[in-house]
Amino acid sequence: MMNEQWRAVCRLDDIEPETGVGVRLPDHRQAALFRTRDDRLFALDNHDPFSHANVLARGLLGSLQGRRVVASPIYKQHFCLDTGQCLEDEGVRLSVYPVRVSQGQVELLVEPSP
Amino acid sequence: MNEQKVLLIGHGMVGQRFLEALTARDTGRRYRITVLGEEPRPAYDRVGLTRYFADRDAAALSLLPDGFLEEHGIELKLGTRAEHIDRQARTVRTDSGETLHYDKLVLATGSYPFVPPIDGNDRDHCFVYRTIEDLDAIIAGGEGARVGAVVGGGLLGLEAAKALHDLGLETHVVEFAPRLMAVQVDDAGGGLLRDKIQDLGVTVHTGTGTRAIVDGQDHRHRMDFGDDRHLETDLIVFSAGIRPQDTLARECGLSLGERGGVMIDDHCLTSDPDIYAIGEVALWDNRVFGLVAPGYQMAEAAAAHLDGDREAAFRGADMSTKLKLMGVDVASIGDAHGATPGARSTVFMDQAAGVYKKAVVSECGKKLLGAVLVGDAADYGTLLQLCLNDMDLPGDAAALVAPAAGEAPALGADALPDTAQICSCNNVSKGDLCAAIDAGCHSVGELKAETRASATCGGCAALVKQVLDTELEKRGVAVNNHVCEHFAHSRQELYHLVRVDGIRTFEELLARHGSGHGCDVCKPTVASILASCWNEHVLDPALAGLQDTNDYFMANMQRDGTYSVVPRVPGGEITPDKLIVIGEVARKYDLYTKITGGQRVDLFGARVDQLPAIWRELIDAGFESGHAYGKAMRTVKSCVGSTWCRYGVQDSVAMSIRLEERYRGLRGPHKIKMAVSGCTRECAEAQSKDVGVIATEKGWNLYVCGNGGMRPRHAELFAADLDDDQLIRAIDRFLMFYIRTADRLQRTAAWRENLEGGLDYLKAVILEDSLGLGEELDAQMAHIVETYQCEWRATLADPEKLKRFRHFVNDEGDDDLVYVREREQRRPAYPHERIPVLEDA
Ligand code: SRM
Ligand SMILES: Cc1cc2nc3c(=O)[nH]c(=O)nc-3n(C[C@H](O)[C@H](O)[C@H](O)COP(=O)(O)OP(=O)(O)OC[C@H]3O[C@@H](n4cnc5c(N)ncnc54)[C@H](O)[C@@H]3O)c2cc1C
Ligand code: SF4
Ligand code: FES
Repeated sequence: MMNEQWRAVCRLDDIEPETGVGVRLPDHRQAALFRTRDDRLFALDNHDPFSHANVLARGLLGSLQGRRVVASPIYKQHFCLDTGQCLEDEGVRLSVYPVRVSQGQVELLVEPSP
Repeated sequence: MNEQKVLLIGHGMVGQRFLEALTARDTGRRYRITVLGEEPRPAYDRVGLTRYFADRDAAALSLLPDGFLEEHGIELKLGTRAEHIDRQARTVRTDSGETLHYDKLVLATGSYPFVPPIDGNDRDHCFVYRTIEDLDAIIAGGEGARVGAVVGGGLLGLEAAKALHDLGLETHVVEFAPRLMAVQVDDAGGGLLRDKIQDLGVTVHTGTGTRAIVDGQDHRHRMDFGDDRHLETDLIVFSAGIRPQDTLARECGLSLGERGGVMIDDHCLTSDPDIYAIGEVALWDNRVFGLVAPGYQMAEAAAAHLDGDREAAFRGADMSTKLKLMGVDVASIGDAHGATPGARSTVFMDQAAGVYKKAVVSECGKKLLGAVLVGDAADYGTLLQLCLNDMDLPGDAAALVAPAAGEAPALGADALPDTAQICSCNNVSKGDLCAAIDAGCHSVGELKAETRASATCGGCAALVKQVLDTELEKRGVAVNNHVCEHFAHSRQELYHLVRVDGIRTFEELLARHGSGHGCDVCKPTVASILASCWNEHVLDPALAGLQDTNDYFMANMQRDGTYSVVPRVPGGEITPDKLIVIGEVARKYDLYTKITGGQRVDLFGARVDQLPAIWRELIDAGFESGHAYGKAMRTVKSCVGSTWCRYGVQDSVAMSIRLEERYRGLRGPHKIKMAVSGCTRECAEAQSKDVGVIATEKGWNLYVCGNGGMRPRHAELFAADLDDDQLIRAIDRFLMFYIRTADRLQRTAAWRENLEGGLDYLKAVILEDSLGLGEELDAQMAHIVETYQCEWRATLADPEKLKRFRHFVNDEGDDDLVYVREREQRRPAYPHERIPVLEDA
């Protein structure tokens, strides 16, 4: 855990409320970073395990039975924003990245390459 | 094995049902069946005969399934009349001179129209109304005619009057009795019916007998009514009742009733144990049944008995009827006239609203014996069930007919016993429906296909749906029509709330009528409703977060996460210069290029961040967004029409361009497709579109609610020979009414199939403005047309909106896309073709 580091990726107002943006991480990794209408931030893998496309940042945000979710824009599976768990398939779970805002900058906690 | 020879005379509705019932039992091919049919075509849906006026499509009425005869080895001799029965020899002679032997004979010869003995009743342009040929003759007689008269104001007479009215004739109904529909309806109900029908522009003459028909002065005929009154008319249709077609039976000495009809017992056997009679020709308990449902029950009973089932029996049938005559609901149930001793009636009448309801209740006040409904027959199913199943009334008799002051008499489908007959035409009980639901039918369409319920007159459709819903609910299958967990409303209700409260954002709607944060179902639905109502740019800050990715990037997402670009090509007409521009843009960005099924060109494989540049080039060359991405009006397909084609009768290309430019950008519950053909050869396939237009010599025929896709449906003729402006106005209203009332993701075809009242209702609303909505719909469409903007042009002019078009917020491009070249173009690699970059990481 020592290697983890906060990495600034954009300014808060680069993200429209209730939408997401794609974030480039080291080593060909991509994250999907979301800002909800009530100004909470979440980050997950951008890679959609069902279509193998890097598109989750372009999914619609919402809630299902009390859980905040994003829906894949391709085949519409839902992923929990807090845990990365796929609601339709128990065996699928995305990585989640801690997010914080520091002086207007959004930062993700990312481990450098394994 | 010794085969039995079964000979059926008459291939009408009941004859065909008999064949189906017998063959269903005859798995071992024990019967060799021959059928004689006098008409030139196999059995067709006589109940739906009037539809023929609208679509002139005899094939659509056919009741004979493809391959049915071959499958069962049935020999059908069409255009062949049975002329003589020799009961001793057990043979039948036909008009072609052939003699056929039988072991069992079935008479299903139906009835013939009664023409009253009036001098001049055999003049030219005097018709009856029973066969397709009759209708062809009426249509031909309607050429050059201005006035038409129907003799007879019963059920069929009014149907014939509607047909004449639809042919554009000034129409009169001449009825001898003092009221219309004398058999089914009482005086007060008949009076109201008369008012309503007159309101529609048909003149009703009750208490009027015709003495003679002679040459007219201004028209072909003059009908003399005894007293000094007379009526001039160009054609006359007799619809004064029917008589059993019993000549064959009479000549061979079978027992007949006093006023005709072949006497049958409970097994449909005539006085000869080898001869059955079924349908309208048969007389049971001294009654003939002029409806199809009892005939079907006889067909089933006769087939079962012939096949050795001695229990099977016909025990009379209910003669309740529900009709929509000229847009007026009329229903009669059981003892409508209160003839049962001790019967008491409760009547409700609202002349202003044009509603009359009567309930006939037993002496003890607990049972419903009969009812008459005019103007509002919504309670038909409930009342019929109360009556048929001899159930105790749920409350006070008055509550049955009084307008729902509190709640309407709550007789859920749940309360019905399993034996309750839901569809009388096809004898389907609630138990049958439940069995089909258990076997997996979860929609009205599936139930209909499986059990035939609601497949004939459709009168039971509402009740079938009710049974389906309650049964599904019992089985734990969700049936509410709520959009999702965030809104306890259907799409229609949300549309209404948005309109009425003038709501312009999702937040406002959620705050006032919903809960939670929304989801990927309600957000795009609301976005679409807001667009249909207010037509603001999809990327406006308050709306952007609601859009599906396709609408958000105004392009269609492909399987690798890149997008396609489809510029609008109105009507499919494009100049060579513009084609070259498309080619150049495609080459520059290496976009996979394909001609679509919608007469335009699709360019695939653009990254989000490339979309603005690509669109800038296209827009500079005069293109605009094609809305291929939206639940929106897509394309108006055209054929070349009179501009070049030697058969074209109108300029179909000009019209399709006009339509495409009018409705471009219009968002709806689902995508909307249109087409315009220049003549009846229909090269634009307009009849497979939501809105189809076909040129005629006089203007345009409008077809609606067609669909290709997963469940193809032919569009139906909606209005004929419209001029340009009439056409556009009808389409305007049709589209706005669809947008207002359809469900989420419901194409017009599915919407139409679920629309109570069907096409007639839709015509009344759109063409006759029966709901008084016309101007409102016009205004709503006018707003959409006025506020149209090319979404891509507006986006390119707004740096804020453009900022969103990037794959990474913190970098350029997207280096994770892998392509393979195939047939000289690129396509996304399949997973097994990819270099495993991700796995390395
Ligand atoms: C590009 C095209 C196929 C082609 O290569 O020709 C196409 C492509 C798609 N069609 Fe289609 N359809 C295309 C013509 C059609 C046609 C033919 C026509 O319009 O004449 C039909 C049948 C006619 C009809 O709709 O009644 C058709 C019936 C469908 C359906 C089934 C609709 C239905 O009611 O059953 C879907 C699924 C849906 O919409 O839910 C669909 C959905 C789609 C989607 C949007 C699927 C998706 O979500 O990715 C495809 C995306 C297009 C893209 O990425 O650009 N597409 N699609 C055609 C584009 C036409 C255009 O210029 O806009
Ligand atoms: C316009 C119209 C609307 C109607 N609407 C309704 C409705 O809403 N609800 C309802 O329940 N009923 C309705 N009916 C009545 C319904 O159509 C009949 O009850 C039904 O068709 C009776 O069926 P059938 O087989 O007994 O007679 P048909 O369908 O008339 O068939 C008899 C056939 O036998 C043939 N035939 C007769 N004699 C011979 C012979 N000697 N040799 C060979 N063939 C012969 C005839 O040509 C005919 O094809 C309507 C009827 C019409 C005309
Ligand atoms: S539909 Fe008629 S006018 Fe149009 S191309 Fe075909 S034949 Fe010609
Ligand atoms: S009652 Fe006529 S179709 Fe069901």
